[in-house]
Amino acid sequence: MDIRFSAEEIAFRDELRDWLGEVLPTLGDPPDRDDWTARREWDMGWQRKLYDAGYAGINWPSEFGGRGSTPTEHLIFLEETTRMGAPYVGMNFVAQLHAGPTLILEATAEQQARHLPAMLKGEEVWCQGFSEPNAGSDLASLSTRAIRDGDHYVVTGQKIWTSFGHVADYCELLVRTDQEAPKHRGITWLICPMDLPGIEVRPITTVAGSSEFCEVFFDEVRIPVENRVGDENDGWRVAMVTFSFERGTAFISELLGTMNQLAEMAELARGIRRNGSTAWDDDEIRREIGHLQAEYDALWALTKRVVSQAQRTGMPGPGGSVFKLYYAEVKKRMADLAHRMLERGALVLAEGGGDEQTGGDMVASRLYVLSLSIAAGTSEIQRNIIGERILGLPKER
Amino acid sequence: MDFELTDDQVALCDGIRDLCQGRFDIDTVRGLADCGGVDRQLWGELVDTGVFSLVVPEEDGGVGLGWAEAGLVFEQLGRALVPGPLVGTLLAAGVTDDAVVGLIERTDGSALVEYPDVLDALLVLDGDGVWRVDAAELSFELAQSVDPLTPVGRVAELPQGEEVGGCYGWVNRAVFLCSALQVGLATGARELAVAYAQERQQFGKPIGQFQAVKHKCADMYSREEVARAALYYASCVLDAPELADEDRAVSGARILAAEAADHNGKDCVQVHGGMGFTWEIDAHLYLKRAWALTPCFGSLDEHAERIAAMV
Ligand SMILES: Cc1cc2nc3c(=O)[nH]c(=O)nc-3n(C[C@H](O)[C@H](O)[C@H](O)COP(=O)(O)OP(=O)(O)OC[C@H]3O[C@@H](n4cnc5c(N)ncnc54)[C@H](O)[C@@H]3O)c2cc1C
Repeated sequence: MDIRFSAEEIAFRDELRDWLGEVLPTLGDPPDRDDWTARREWDMGWQRKLYDAGYAGINWPSEFGGRGSTPTEHLIFLEETTRMGAPYVGMNFVAQLHAGPTLILEATAEQQARHLPAMLKGEEVWCQGFSEPNAGSDLASLSTRAIRDGDHYVVTGQKIWTSFGHVADYCELLVRTDQEAPKHRGITWLICPMDLPGIEVRPITTVAGSSEFCEVFFDEVRIPVENRVGDENDGWRVAMVTFSFERGTAFISELLGTMNQLAEMAELARGIRRNGSTAWDDDEIRREIGHLQAEYDALWALTKRVVSQAQRTGMPGPGGSVFKLYYAEVKKRMADLAHRMLERGALVLAEGGGDEQTGGDMVASRLYVLSLSIAAGTSEIQRNIIGERILGLPKER
Repeated sequence: MDFELTDDQVALCDGIRDLCQGRFDIDTVRGLADCGGVDRQLWGELVDTGVFSLVVPEEDGGVGLGWAEAGLVFEQLGRALVPGPLVGTLLAAGVTDDAVVGLIERTDGSALVEYPDVLDALLVLDGDGVWRVDAAELSFELAQSVDPLTPVGRVAELPQGEEVGGCYGWVNRAVFLCSALQVGLATGARELAVAYAQERQQFGKPIGQFQAVKHKCADMYSREEVARAALYYASCVLDAPELADEDRAVSGARILAAEAADHNGKDCVQVHGGMGFTWEIDAHLYLKRAWALTPCFGSLDEHAERIAAMV
């Protein structure tokens, strides 16, 4: 049990800090939320800068253009980039944090050579085509079907909630290749280019009023068989690998960003004047801030445990489900506290940065956190996973 | 960085768990209520195993391990509901030669003292230092304790005692050890609830198949794991104080461990239904011990304040 960083890890952190110190001031202002062309340029441009400086794919093998270092250095990378306010991974989320890691473990050498370096250079946006209108929590019941026709799968069906579907170049796509087999045994994991004929993407507006996710329709889309990752009908197992990354370590910069937000909230509380004192003088508010900090510190410690497990075994452990479940609830409490502090200021969504009146993006954040207990498996499903897979309680069905 | 347990640490946990299962089975533990919480013979086995001399350097006759190991051992003791003034006795090792030592903070003249019948000495912390009060000087009246395994005496006038050291670091270490016991209690309560959820049948199936019960068990596990991460982190900081702020790490572990033990104790009662409200089922013992340990060395509000001041 050792949280000390090695001399090498410390040197890595120092170099990274120096580099960030040089490059961040040259970036300019982030693009408007609804300008997708500019957003793509911004996210991919940042990824390219990381690549050129040797900071892309920290824990990806060097043969694919990664840095080939440990999950711990990846953790340090996320910590420093978040702390110094570098751009968030944005639309590179799927490629960097779960599609890429899945390909590293499961794909063929050709697939790896084709996609992994391109992901690292910021040349490919990926999306995740798992959920369907009738297969959300019960993902294994998905019905988008793929019929083998020579060297191709012919895919027909519909996906939904596909984040960044309208800007993506590739999709990690789950399809049904065997209609007769039990539901978990007839699924296949495919790499689907999003520009194939027969794909139609329709953005969906979220509660926050933006279009972060889409419906994707497939009408006899021909996907080469060579795009299959893992065996035919073995896609459920591959999807579980994807989930272990998505739930295990993909939330690290989220958590760090949230800690920054809590510090801003404390600042805000000290500045908000009411009845001759400040919000900070309110015992309940101040203690809740201390309490939230204790919980975030604990989640950060839990993250380090999950990363240490990944370091030992190559995959994040089941602590990821615990993290996601707990984090969603704590973050909702923080958003509620912001509202209690802001009082009538909570009526207004900040444009751009925000100020003391509106509390930065805290009002928008209260909307965003609603998705934390839904996306990547709802909290109810996480509780089933913990109850059944970790605690060994009997399955429902 | 490798935040997982080393092989030695895993072996240490297993060893203490085996000791607890062999010598402190639940009937034995319950029986200790009749002798003030400590049986000298059994206590001697804890002493011989090195439970209290864990952090004493080897050249001084101790085991020479760190707070990480002390936390792991105390977690196992909490999980097994082992009673007695464990925290005081560990901290006193190397300071006094007493075998059974209580520890409290001096507030005003009067005090509540845990395990008063069995102490050799009571150590008292105050702003000036650490003071040893010989058990013979303590006059107390037994009070009705919330926890049958934490007898409490009411002391009208706490003697000053003799100074035995400066109190730097004592409070944090005491808070840390209480937290470790409570993480263990949270685990014990969760294990008991899960076992019952697997075995008890209603409506023709195990109650653990109902989500209301299954999800409660999942929440118990999550709380416990998050608290455990905070505890391990605090232990690493106590072992290497240059790494991070000790107060913040310890207070954080304190809040999460106390809440995990409290909530898991309550949920354990709930999962047992009517049985949960009986003396016979152990659920109440976890909850009561959690409650007995929470008001030690600062309230949770004080710990939250301590952290808030650093945000
Ligand atoms: C912001 C956001 C981004 C997303 N991005 C993607 C993406 O990029 N790619 C992708 O494939 N998917 C994505 N999703 C979809 C997400 O994974 C699903 O929404 C989620 O798995 C739930 O499925 P559902 O929406 O069909 O809800 P349902 O499964 O219909 O669930 C409705 C409610 O019923 C509950 N419920 C369902 N089954 C059970 C059960 N067995 N026990 C107890 N309660 C149950 C759920 O917890 C929920 O509260 C995204 C979702 C969001 C919100």
